[in-house]
Amino acid sequence: MAARKIPQLICPAGSLPALKAAVDHGADAVYLGYRNETNARNFAGLNFDQRAMVEGVRYAQTRHRQVLMAINTFAQPGRFADWQRAVDGAADLGVDAVILADVGLLDDSSRRHPDLRLHLSVQGSATNYEAINFAHREFGVRRAVLPRVLTLAQVETVVRNTPVEIEVFGFGSLCVMNEGRCWLSSYATGESPNTVGACSPAKFVQWQKSPDGMATRLNGILIDCFAAAEPAGYPTLCKGRFEVQGETYYALEEPTSLNVLEILPEIARIGVAAIKVEGRQRSPTYVAQVTRTLRAALDELARGEQRFSVRPAWQAELARLAEGSQVTLGAYSRPWR
Amino acid sequence: MIQGITIPDFKLPGVIATIGAHLPQWPHSLALATALNAAAKVGLLPADSLERLAGRSFVVEVLDAGGVASFACRDGLFRPLLTVPQAPDLCFQANLSAFLQLLTRQEDPDTLFFKRELSITGDTELGLLVKNMLDAIEWPQLPQLSLFRR
Repeated sequence: MAARKIPQLICPAGSLPALKAAVDHGADAVYLGYRNETNARNFAGLNFDQRAMVEGVRYAQTRHRQVLMAINTFAQPGRFADWQRAVDGAADLGVDAVILADVGLLDDSSRRHPDLRLHLSVQGSATNYEAINFAHREFGVRRAVLPRVLTLAQVETVVRNTPVEIEVFGFGSLCVMNEGRCWLSSYATGESPNTVGACSPAKFVQWQKSPDGMATRLNGILIDCFAAAEPAGYPTLCKGRFEVQGETYYALEEPTSLNVLEILPEIARIGVAAIKVEGRQRSPTYVAQVTRTLRAALDELARGEQRFSVRPAWQAELARLAEGSQVTLGAYSRPWR
Repeated sequence: MIQGITIPDFKLPGVIATIGAHLPQWPHSLALATALNAAAKVGLLPADSLERLAGRSFVVEVLDAGGVASFACRDGLFRPLLTVPQAPDLCFQANLSAFLQLLTRQEDPDTLFFKRELSITGDTELGLLVKNMLDAIEWPQLPQLSLFRR
């Protein structure tokens, strides 16, 4: 039997060592960003300066892996040129594609760089094939990254009704799954991923230790309080525990990571082009661990679906790295629907 | 990960912390500051991130060893602090095994943080900067240590 076409594995690179870890452990492509607010992981000390960018692109491409540059925030009023410069820089570097969210930037980039491959970022929040086909028709978008809100059946409907390649998330921290439209961070801090490239920016975060455990505050708002050995999560509003009608619990979402190992054969069968790993903010160690595990799973899948079974060692490795030390199938599985 | 080295999860016996806490702490501070200056000198630490550490004080506490190192960054140099500041700008606390796993890139700092094995208090943005600075270091290839080989 001919080997099944399996999705590409797209891995995060927040630094040069992370990029090398992804490439060395089997990523088909890496995604990265500049050290500024043109990408949605604009954290202190993270990302690539020009020198690291040049070396990273060379390292990946000489090993026949792709480099995708995320320029996936929304150009702020009066500063459109900053975002244009980022796209120009990506084109000059010869990256394999840019990942954009802002419709204005998509339009501008498609005109000024007609040969540059455009991907629609998850921050673009296109959740149906009409939106994706619009981006294809108007800007020539070749791939779209789906927000983590669709069931597997809905993903399949999208794939069947668009010529655009579809990329879905395969592993990593879940956010409130409303990518590109979430203003919770802005509500608490006045800053959000779309505007400054960071959700719950670190300058607003406080970890306070007390004899009872650790309290998390975002711009003074108490988000959570963890007992001594209780697993912790990122300091975002969506993952806080709040008192609602006399009960204190994760009212919006639990700290958890998405993990699609279980449904990998279905994802491949419905024709998804690529699987993305979240986590540019995480270390080269995490990138190596997740890439290695998903590579092993995808390689096994390539050898035949009948033979594919999720190995306990893969699940254990991914669960260990997960936020809140737990994983979920997220929106992909909605048995109650 | 540094090839060939595996640091197991372990916790030093309680007596070590008790003894360690009674020993003078300045040698730790001196050793750490010296190591950081050496790393900066050979260009392992990115200059733009280093600039942002200027004037800030740091405490690194190895809980199960009872050891505390404190230093500050001034005029481009890491300087050991002879007394541990009460309210440093940034404080990292973990057991020895977690610090070793971090340094050898065996464990991801966020994973250790989620598991509550690493605590970061003080200026969170400064903590993120330091974490990302350490992650971005391209360690030279070290000779394999047969002692720890898998």
